[in-house]
Amino acid sequence: MSLTSPLRQVLGAGPARSGVHHWWLQRLTSIALVPLAIWFVVSLLVLPAHDHLTVVHWMAQSWTALLLILTVVIGAWHSQLGLQVIVEDYVHGAGAKTLTLVLLAFLHVLIATAGVFAVLRVAFGAAA
Amino acid sequence: MPNRPLSPHLSVYRFKYTLTTSILNRFTGAALSGGLALLVFWLMAVADGAGAQQRAERLLGATPLRVLYAALIFALVYHLLAGIRHLVWDTGRGLERSQARRSAWLIGVLSVLGTLAILAALCHGVSR
Repeated sequence: MSLTSPLRQVLGAGPARSGVHHWWLQRLTSIALVPLAIWFVVSLLVLPAHDHLTVVHWMAQSWTALLLILTVVIGAWHSQLGLQVIVEDYVHGAGAKTLTLVLLAFLHVLIATAGVFAVLRVAFGAAA
Repeated sequence: MPNRPLSPHLSVYRFKYTLTTSILNRFTGAALSGGLALLVFWLMAVADGAGAQQRAERLLGATPLRVLYAALIFALVYHLLAGIRHLVWDTGRGLERSQARRSAWLIGVLSVLGTLAILAALCHGVSR
């Protein structure tokens, strides 16, 4: 007979080996992305043109830069959380799974940092 | 840790609308991860100046890729609506079978209409 409680035996037994923390972050980022995604699509659609000057002028505005950074960072975060679950579900074998998860995390940090860097560069006037 | 079977085992499910909406949500989410990478690639090009932006857009603007962008727009609209559906479910509402069936149809129809509206706005311009 085992002395561990039934609850202790099942906690962390899922493919992610953890509890609701991931689920909560996925919801939090998804709530943030609802207005951000709508803002992003609408503001690109209402731009009169998409040539370099128009785009740079748009991106350099404080609110645009701020919201673009939030969109890229929270989007990358949400993407990391989502792809992580797919990998946990479908990539089998501890080695392959760990390797894919490491690559995924690195890629997402790269994407988020690159996006922030690009927006800041334009916002601070390097691309004008 | 015993090798107990873990969800999801796709092969045991009967094909139903629940399966379609769920898989489509995952699939569109994964596609949007690629879309985010494309967006950041474009932002980096914009930050590098008019010439870099033009080169990037020549690369990204090939005709077969345009079909991909239309698919990505659908992915964004669908994933947004399906995400909102999930957030409503998280409050405990809309989980009855008849309600879930109705919301499945609703997000399906709305995401096709939304995609068409965005494509029309892109082709004809919003302000003109």
